[in-house]
Amino acid sequence: MESNAPSPAISRRRFAAGAATAAVWIMTACGPKRLHEVPRARLKKAIQELERQYSSNHSKQITVSDAPPLPGVEFAYALDLSRCIGCRRCVYACVQENNQSREPQLHWIRVLSMEKEKGVDLSHADPYYNPPEVPEPGHFYVPVACQQCRNAPCTKVCPTGATWTEPDGIVVIDYDWCIGCRYCMAACPYGARHFNWTTPGIPEAEINSQTHYLGNRPRPKGVVEKCTFCIQRVRQGRYPACVEVCPAGARKFGNLLDKDSEIRYIIEHKRVLVLKEDLNTLPRFFYFYAT
Amino acid sequence: MKWATLAALGALVTFAGVAADPPSRPAQKSQEHLEVPPPPFTEGLFPCTGCHAGMPVNRTRRKLTEMHDDIVLKHDEGHRWCLDCHDPTDRDSLHLASGEKVSFEESYLLCGQCHGEKLRDWRAGVHGRRTGSWSGAKRYLLCAHCHNPHQPRFRAIAPKPAPERPSRVSP
Repeated sequence: MESNAPSPAISRRRFAAGAATAAVWIMTACGPKRLHEVPRARLKKAIQELERQYSSNHSKQITVSDAPPLPGVEFAYALDLSRCIGCRRCVYACVQENNQSREPQLHWIRVLSMEKEKGVDLSHADPYYNPPEVPEPGHFYVPVACQQCRNAPCTKVCPTGATWTEPDGIVVIDYDWCIGCRYCMAACPYGARHFNWTTPGIPEAEINSQTHYLGNRPRPKGVVEKCTFCIQRVRQGRYPACVEVCPAGARKFGNLLDKDSEIRYIIEHKRVLVLKEDLNTLPRFFYFYAT
Repeated sequence: MKWATLAALGALVTFAGVAADPPSRPAQKSQEHLEVPPPPFTEGLFPCTGCHAGMPVNRTRRKLTEMHDDIVLKHDEGHRWCLDCHDPTDRDSLHLASGEKVSFEESYLLCGQCHGEKLRDWRAGVHGRRTGSWSGAKRYLLCAHCHNPHQPRFRAIAPKPAPERPSRVSP
């Protein structure tokens, strides 16, 4: 008797398969994408939308750049430990340039004071030193920010793919994809990533309106942020803000692939070290002694 | 075997050639053009000929009492004095140990006579502060912009505020 029943127009199996295919298609083709994956035209539109939104939020014209990595460029940084005087000018230039939260306070650069007796020893480092004048006798200073590792632990643990390494060597974060799980902060051995526990508090007059979508654009509450070598400046050929402000000339920046760059000169002629070399993170941030 | 020896020799010669090259360009005053801002003169003092033009040159080493007594020399003061660097006849320029005159804009050549390795690093952009573009034109500062030539030791400065210690934030 059952065999005589009219078969439905579409079987249960075919419906299930069709539904699954449609779901996959919706999630991959129509769904949201990481900004670096979307086609250029769509990125432009998304960025125009960001600019409109930020400009109305902060009641001033804010530009969001989408400058791509330059071909033949891999950025690297070098810091002269024999010159740094620990004045923290870099810390505050960075805060200003990169729209970091003033209240609550958030700093991408931490300057560690160390004793010359003990050498580069992170277990005896003091970031809260506050003498009337620096450098203090018997001390030297090690500013630490993101080391832009070639073997970055932070990008491997991100469950949403919100952080990755760009072809020019900058480790970036897409704030729209960051879910604030802070796995990357746990993975980073340098304490270079920072979490926005609240919406960043920045006086309107101090907002830097020249931004990049992978760098210093205004961040929402609940996302992680960190140093990007001033991606909004360096992709235009400029030096990072900390390099320009350093009164001791201790900070050096350039293209690793250019054999005439300052950075190559330092690596070839000076005593160079990286922090926590034993972890095999392969930083692009070098420390050196010029004397 | 013979070829291997030859190849090794070749490699040695090439390596020696590379190693013999100086790490930066030699000091060639005439060819060099470095973009520097104007030297940091004390307000109202330059040009020196403004006062020194008609003055007879007194080459005796002495302590200055009538003028420039505010300048305290702490730069190998046991062995140096004014006219070792300032030219006695052409008052608006400096001179090298050889007697060759250099302008204040090229004073790095004078400093480099003793601090040769610093001059080499400075030319390579490693000593001192640089602004401009990492990929293009760069602006140098003269030695004297950061180091007072009479007291070249870097002065201690007040640090910016220490970071706040972590605490609870109100949402």
